[in-house]
Amino acid sequence: MENKVKVCVENLNVHYGEKQALFDVCMDINQNEITALIGPSGCGKSTFLRCLNRMNDVIDICKVEGSIKIDGQNIYDKDIQVEKLRERVGMVFQKPNPFPKSIFENVAYGPRIHGLAKDKTELEEIVHTSLKKAAIFDEVKDRLDETGTSLSGGQQQRLCIARAISVNPDVILMDEPCSALDPIATAKIEALMEDLKKEYTIIIVTHSMQQAARVSKKTGFFHLGNLIEVNDTETIFSTPANDKTLDYVTGRFG
Amino acid sequence: MGLITFFLLVLFAITSFYLGYFRSNRVRVIEKQRPFSLDKYYGYYLAIWSVVPAVIILFAILIFDGFIVKNYVLSEFYSQGIDQSEISLLFTQIENTRNGIKLFNSEDEIIVNAVNKLNYIEGIFDITSIITVFSVSSLFLLYGYRKINLNFDARLIVEKFILIGFFLCSLIAILVTVGIIFSLLYETVRFFSQVPILDFLFGTNWSPQRAFVRDAADAADIENAFGAVPLFSGTFLIAFIAMCVSIPVGLLTAIYMSEYAKSSVRNTAKPIIEILAGIPTVVYGFFAVITIAPFIRSLGGSIGLDVSSESALAAGLVMGIMIIPFVSSLSDDVISSVPQSLREGSYAMGATKSETIKKVIIPAALPGIIGSFLLAVSRAIGETMIVVMAAGLVANLTANPLEASTTITTQIVVILIGDQEFDSPKTMSAFALGLTLFVMTLILNFIALRVVKKYTEKYE
Repeated sequence: MENKVKVCVENLNVHYGEKQALFDVCMDINQNEITALIGPSGCGKSTFLRCLNRMNDVIDICKVEGSIKIDGQNIYDKDIQVEKLRERVGMVFQKPNPFPKSIFENVAYGPRIHGLAKDKTELEEIVHTSLKKAAIFDEVKDRLDETGTSLSGGQQQRLCIARAISVNPDVILMDEPCSALDPIATAKIEALMEDLKKEYTIIIVTHSMQQAARVSKKTGFFHLGNLIEVNDTETIFSTPANDKTLDYVTGRFG
Repeated sequence: MGLITFFLLVLFAITSFYLGYFRSNRVRVIEKQRPFSLDKYYGYYLAIWSVVPAVIILFAILIFDGFIVKNYVLSEFYSQGIDQSEISLLFTQIENTRNGIKLFNSEDEIIVNAVNKLNYIEGIFDITSIITVFSVSSLFLLYGYRKINLNFDARLIVEKFILIGFFLCSLIAILVTVGIIFSLLYETVRFFSQVPILDFLFGTNWSPQRAFVRDAADAADIENAFGAVPLFSGTFLIAFIAMCVSIPVGLLTAIYMSEYAKSSVRNTAKPIIEILAGIPTVVYGFFAVITIAPFIRSLGGSIGLDVSSESALAAGLVMGIMIIPFVSSLSDDVISSVPQSLREGSYAMGATKSETIKKVIIPAALPGIIGSFLLAVSRAIGETMIVVMAAGLVANLTANPLEASTTITTQIVVILIGDQEFDSPKTMSAFALGLTLFVMTLILNFIALRVVKKYTEKYE
C-alpha cells in the first residue's frame, strides 16, 4: 500500500547564472518513507535537495522555476515565510556542523528561535527527547554542557540530527550525511533513519548505492541535471527501465 | 677603510663563488660523474667560507679598534701621571683638532704631535687589519676549496648556514627587546632610588616641574611631585572613551561588510575605511583641536555645561575614530573566516540572518574579535600625538571627560622635550613612566592571549 504524497515537485528548473542545473524535474515523495537520491557528482541531486527548504535562496545567482508543493502548498509562493518553511523542513549536512556552543544549546537553538518552549523545563524536555530520538542521549547525558565540537564525527552528526528534529519538522533532508563518517557511525545513523521515518519524511542524497539500497523505499537517479528515473528501490537496483540507470547502479560509470 | 674593505670583500666573494663553481664543474668533467650538489652550491659554499670569517674578524676589529688606538696615543700621558679626567679631555681635544675644529690650544706641540701620531697609527692599523682579514679568509677559502670533491655535499652545508642566518635575524629582535627593557630598568631603578615607588604608583599629585626648582624643594616636596595616579586615570579615561567609539562602530562595520554588503560595496568601502589608519596622528590632532573640541565646547555651552577648550572627550573621540579600522578590519577578517557550513546550519533551522549573526557567527568569531579589541586598546593607550594636542598637558585627577586631562605618553613627551639634566628625577621619571606603560601593555597582551585561548578551546 502506497503512503500519502508529502512533497510534490513539478517542472522544476534551476539556473545558476547562465548554467542550468536542473531540467524539468517532476517527482512525488511519500510521507513516512525514506527516499534516496543517487547519481554521479554534479548531477544536481544536492541542488534538488536544497530547493526543498529554499536553501538556494542564499545564493544570489540561483534562479528557481516550477513548483514544489508540500502538503499541497507551493513553498515558492510569495506569502510563504522562508523561516517557517525551514522550521517544517529540517536539514542535515554532509559535514557535521554543530554550532560552537554546548551540546544542550545546539539542540535548544531551534526551539529558542521559534519560541517552542514556554519555560526552562519544557525546553529541557524538548532537548532530551530530541537527543533520545537521535539515539545519542545516553552517550552525552552527563556532559550536556560540553561543546558540541568536542564529540566524535559520528556523534556530531547525530547531534545535528537531534538539532534538526528539535523543532519537530515534517520533512528531514539529508545531504550525504554519512560521507564523512566511518562504517560503524554510518550503521548507527542508518539504524536511526529507520526509526525516524515513522515520524518524519526523509529524503537522503547519497553517493553510496549500497546505502541507498539498504535504507530507502524509493530511489531517484539523477544524471546531468535530469531526473532519469524514480521508482521503488528494488526495481531501480534490479530491473531499471533506463539503460543509464542500469549502467550506474551496476558500476559501469559514475 | 670601511667602503674599500666592503668592495674588496664583495669582489672576493664573487671570485670565490666562481672558483667553487668551476671547481665543481671540473670535478664533474674529470670524474665523469654528477657531484652531490649543483655547481652553484659549491660556489655558495666557497663564498661563505671567504666572507663569513672575514666579517667576524672585521667586527672584532671595529669594536676594539678605537680602544687600542686611543690607548696607544695616550700611553705617554699615562706614563707622565696625568689625571684620568684630564686625559679624556685631552683626547677629545686631539680628536677635534684632527677633525679640523679649531680650538684655543690647537697649536700646542703636544696636541699636534698626538694628532700626527694618531693619524700614523690609524693608517697602519687599517692596512694591517685589511691584510689580516684577507689572509685569514684566503686560508679558509683554500680549506674549502680542497674539500670540494665528488662525495662532498655542499648543498647541506649551505642549508645550515642559511639556517644560522635565520636564527641570527630572529635573535636580533629578541636582543633589542631585552636591551630596551634593561635600559628602561636601569634609569627606572635610579629614579626609584630618589622617589619611593609607592609614592610614584599611588601618589595623586603629578607636578615634576616643582621638583626641578631645587632651592624650594625639600625632600618631601620631591616625593610629592611624582604621583602618577592622575596620569594613569587620564590614560584609562581617554582610552575608555576611544574604545566606546571604536568598538561599536568598528564591530558593526565589520558585520555589515562581511555579512550584508555586496562585494562591489565591500571592495570600495573597505579600502576607504582602512585609509583612516593611514592618516598621520598629527592630522588627527588638528582635527580634534580645530573641529571637535570647539564643537563639544559650544554643544556643552548650549546645554549649560562648562567644557574646557582642551578636553579628554575630544581627544578620546578622535582617537576612537582613528582606531576604528583596527577593530573593523580584523573583525571583518575573522567573521569572514567563520565556516559557511555554520551559517547554513543556522539558516536550515529557520533562523533569520540577524539571529544567525548574533547567536552563531559572533560567538564563533569571538576570540578574533576580542583580539582586535585588545589590539585597539594597546593602540589607544600608546597613542601620544592626539592627546598632546587635544587633551592638554595638565595632570588632573578627574573622571570628568569634559576637563583637560593627560596621559602617560604625553607626559613622557613633555618631560623629555628640550634640554634636560639627565640625572634629575624629573627626567628619570620619564623612564619610570615608560616602564609602567610597557608593563601595562604586557599585562594587557597576556590577558588577551589567555582570553583568546580560553574561547578558542570552547569554540573551535
